Order: sequence, then C-alpha cells, then structure tokens
Amino acid sequence: MAKKKAPKKKAVRRANGRDTQHAVEQFLYRQAEILDGKRWQDFIDLFADDGVYWMPPEPSHTTWDGMPAIFAEDKSLMTVRMKRVLHPDAWSQKPLWGTNHVVGNVVIEKESPSGDVVARSRFHMMELRRDDVRHFAGSYVHHLKKTKDGYRIKLQRVDMTNAQAAYDYVLQVWV
Amino acid sequence: MLQETVPNLAKFVEPDRVRREVYTDPSIFEMEMERIHERLWIYCGHETQVPKAGDYYTVQIGRQPMLMVRGKDGTINVLYNRCPHRGSMMCGDRSGNAGEFFRCSYHSWTFHHDGTLKNIPMMESGYAGTRWGRDNPDCNMKRAARVENYRGFVFASLAADGPSLLEFLGRSKVAFDDICDRSPEGKVEVVPNCFRVIQRSNWKIFLENQLDALHPSVTHQSTGRAAREVELQIEKKTGKIPLSYHMLSAFATVTIEKWDNFQTLNYPGGHCILTGYMGLRPQDPDTLEYERVLAKAYGEKRKEAILTTNIHHVLIYPGLSVQSPLQQLRAVRPLGVDKTLTEIWHFRLKGAPEPIYRRALAYYNLVNSPATLINADDLENFWKAQQGLSSEGGDWVSFHRHHGRDIEKDGMVETAKDCGTSEAPMRNQMKAWTQYMTAGQ
Repeated sequence: MAKKKAPKKKAVRRANGRDTQHAVEQFLYRQAEILDGKRWQDFIDLFADDGVYWMPPEPSHTTWDGMPAIFAEDKSLMTVRMKRVLHPDAWSQKPLWGTNHVVGNVVIEKESPSGDVVARSRFHMMELRRDDVRHFAGSYVHHLKKTKDGYRIKLQRVDMTNAQAAYDYVLQVWV
Repeated sequence: MLQETVPNLAKFVEPDRVRREVYTDPSIFEMEMERIHERLWIYCGHETQVPKAGDYYTVQIGRQPMLMVRGKDGTINVLYNRCPHRGSMMCGDRSGNAGEFFRCSYHSWTFHHDGTLKNIPMMESGYAGTRWGRDNPDCNMKRAARVENYRGFVFASLAADGPSLLEFLGRSKVAFDDICDRSPEGKVEVVPNCFRVIQRSNWKIFLENQLDALHPSVTHQSTGRAAREVELQIEKKTGKIPLSYHMLSAFATVTIEKWDNFQTLNYPGGHCILTGYMGLRPQDPDTLEYERVLAKAYGEKRKEAILTTNIHHVLIYPGLSVQSPLQQLRAVRPLGVDKTLTEIWHFRLKGAPEPIYRRALAYYNLVNSPATLINADDLENFWKAQQGLSSEGGDWVSFHRHHGRDIEKDGMVETAKDCGTSEAPMRNQMKAWTQYMTAGQ
C-alpha cells in the first residue's frame, strides 16, 4: 500500500510547486500593477492585519525593529501615507508623476504545509516626475500568508540598490 | 574677476529684503564657498563615527573633499582627501578603515593618519637632489587649518585665523549640551546610518526654512491631518496615542495662529534657536522611568533644568541643524548654487532606556528618511523657490514679516511674545552673510 502511494504524493507536490510559482507570480504582478495604478487602498489591503512593509537602508540589516529604516510601516502608518498623498494640499503630489514596475526572477524560497510562502524576486521601476526620470531597482522578499481570499503579506522586504547612494529628491510612496 | 562682476555685495542685502541673485548667481556661490564655508567652523562628524585607529569618513567642506580620520593616538584629524604627489584622491569610499596608514592607489605614496609622509617608493634613488622629500612639508597630506571637538562633535575650519569653536558657536553650543545632557552619562553615540537627500535648491533656502515657523501648518498640513485621522482611530481602538503619530499630527493641530506663540532666539553669526512645540515630555511609564534614571544621575533640580530646555531645533550657521530633544542633526553640504546635500544622523543617548531611543528613532524614520512624510513637501517648495528666483519676475525676496518688532538685547535678537513667525531668523542670517562676505573689504 505504502509503496503505491509514494509516487502519487510526489506528483501532487510537483503540481503544487508549479501552482505556487504561478500563484505567487500573479500576486507579485498584481501588486506591481496596483502601485502603478496608484490604487493605494488596494495596496494596503494586500497586507495581513499585522503586515509590515520594510525598506532597510542597507542589506546587512536583519530586522526593522529598533533600526533606522527608509520604510518600516504597519497598516496604520501606511494609511497615514495614503491619506497624505490623497490630501488636496499634498503639494508635492501636484506635479504629474507615474511609475512603471517590472517584477521578475521569482524564486519560491520556502513553502509551509499550510501554504504560507517566502518568495524572492527582483524589480526595476521607472518613475517620471515632471520632466525627470528616475530609475530604481532592487529585490523583494515577500512573506506571504495563505488565506481563503488569497495571499496576504506578512512582511515585504525591499532592498533597493539605490538606497546606498544619496537620494535625488525623496520617495513619496511604496516602491 | 569676481569683484568686477559683483562690485558691492552689501547692496544685495537690505535689513528687510534680499536680492534674488544671492540664491541663483554661480559667482556669488563661489564667493560664499570661499568666504563662508571654507572659513567658518564646519561640522565634520561625530567622534563615534570613527571609533578605531584608521577609521575614516569623507566629508565635503565647501568645495573641498576632506577626510575625518582617527589616528593611532586617538586624535581625530581632518585632512584634504588628496595625495600631494599628483593630486589623486586618497580614499574613494565614503567611509572605511585606512589600515596602518593611507596608501595612494596611483603610485603607492604612503601617509600616517595625521597626514605626514610615511614613504615614497624610490625615495632615495628617485628623489635625491630634488626638492621633494621627507623634509618638505608639501609632501604631507594637507591638514585642515584647525580642528576642534566639542562634546564629541568634530568641527574643522579651513582658515588658520578666526575665533575658536566655542567663541564661534556662542550660545548655539546649547545644541550639543542639550543633546548630551539628556543622556544620564552626558554622552551620545552615533546610530550607524546616514540618510542622504539632495535638494534642488540653494543651501540658504534650507537654513531659512528651518526657522520658518509659518510654513509647517501650510506645507505639512496634508501629513498633519492624515496622521491626526489615523491617530484618532488608534485612540478609539486602544485608548492610547503613540507619540510617533503625535509628532506628525502636531503639524495640523498646531494651527497657523498658534505659531506666533513660539519664539526664535537669534544670535550673532546667523545662529538661531526655534523654541519647542511638540510637547515631548508625556507622562507615560517609559518617560517616567527615563526621568528616574536622569534624576539619579544628575539630581532632581538638574534633571528638571535639562528636561525643560526649550528647543525645537538649533541652527548653527552656515550648515548644521540640530534637533537636540530628538537627538538628530542635519548637516548641509552645498553642491552647487542650486543643489544641496543634507546628511541626516541620529544619536543614541548613552545609558538612557531603550524606549527613549526608539521614540526618537520613529521621528528619524518618519520625518528624516528618504521616504519622509514631511520633507517631501519642503523639497517641493525649495525647488519651486529656486525656479521662481531664477526668473526676472521680481528682484527681491521679502523678509518683512514682523520687521521692526524684533527685540534686541544682550547682543541677540529675540522675537516678541506674539511674533513667533517673524522672519527675524532670515534677517539675522543675511546680516551674518553680509558680514562674512564683505569682511576685510
């Protein structure tokens, strides 16, 4: 009996692997689309209730807790950021601006029996503001929790290569 | 040459207004670098940035690329980042450890940490009979003319003459006393991270904005209101308001009329203090524990004096803004007439409880990081100011607000009780600017 079951299990795992890869990629693409579409509430809704968006100032940092951080935002702080950029007197939001994200190199680092996933990926992002173009690139690590409504982000770590250099102007929203 | 194009600089500044060229003319910028930034005491860094022998940090003083380096004897030296042989930059990294000595990557000249020559390849065979050799001081890396350290904060002046650091700081030295005294050990150490943000505007626009008490409720209203809304939701849910939200919502809850109740204290040399407005002394358990620690170290009376020091931030002309109650500072490095770098550092109060560090850290991250919820709108305004000043739509910048109501006493200018938004700090800075720019003429 046991011998017969083994190959079946293997086949299921392979199918799951492909499904996971596909599902995570779709999730990351959707997140990028939401950012480029300036759908800020939808972006926040991708996070679990205790989710955190984190951009360390340098790659050696292992936690945002008690450390200098470019972003270290829970949903409440993310809501402040959203409300700020939507406020009619957010002066720096007046000029034309937009972004274009490309996400790739998606690697599933870990998948737990419950379906929670740790995934690594890379991004390139072009930002246009007035007549100026800025180019940002780096890597994401997503800690995703599987829920009945799809994945929710427990932690998104963003290591931006540009973070090592001086910023010409600032970042107003998440990358 | 410059004198020909700019015949009388004093004509550019009147007590209540300034010509726009002061912010836009590249030749005036060059003169500022020569007469202000490359003469006055400029902040290089904190001694804890370079704890070990050979540790160095690069720093720009005016137009000069410099190195702050710890020597084997513990002394901190400030040197030009330049090899005396062919002029190559010695250290290409922003910071690091030079090892036992500096070694030029071009021809392997080596130097001790104080800049003195250690060795030249082929010293005997190649240089015998030339004027280049160990006895010639021109073979050393050039040192900043003067270096002084006040309570761990290292300054350099590229001019051999002039007042000492403490004479120069005058009463603005309270910035460093306040930041250090808030530690029960009287010391701070740097948090090893520097946020660096470039502003597309003249360096003086940033300095003026630091003491402009009218701008927060206009510029930062969006963040103030957003934080206020979320803070009320949090209070409803938990019954408490985190201090980090209060720091942001203060920009909206302190309304435009209330800003006149604050005060600026304007000192000779352009230095200035804006008094506090954030109410950073709540009565939560963390603060009370911190106050106990301070009282134990200093006694009750001294503790009260320290915690009631009334500072929001201190501007040290021409390039440092110290927010001592939150243990952070911004160093201003002019890169061009319309381009300025700010280097933003945070410090830990030695011996203070962890929550006090974390409270200030929240401000550092939310207000001073490159994803700032506050400065995004400042930098937008600065850029717009630079653009507008470049136009011929008008010749003058107005500093008239509450002009004539300044109170002069004890060699300083204090704003009247109901004149907190006075443009006195801008008038005071331009007065110092004129003195420095026309000195010796």
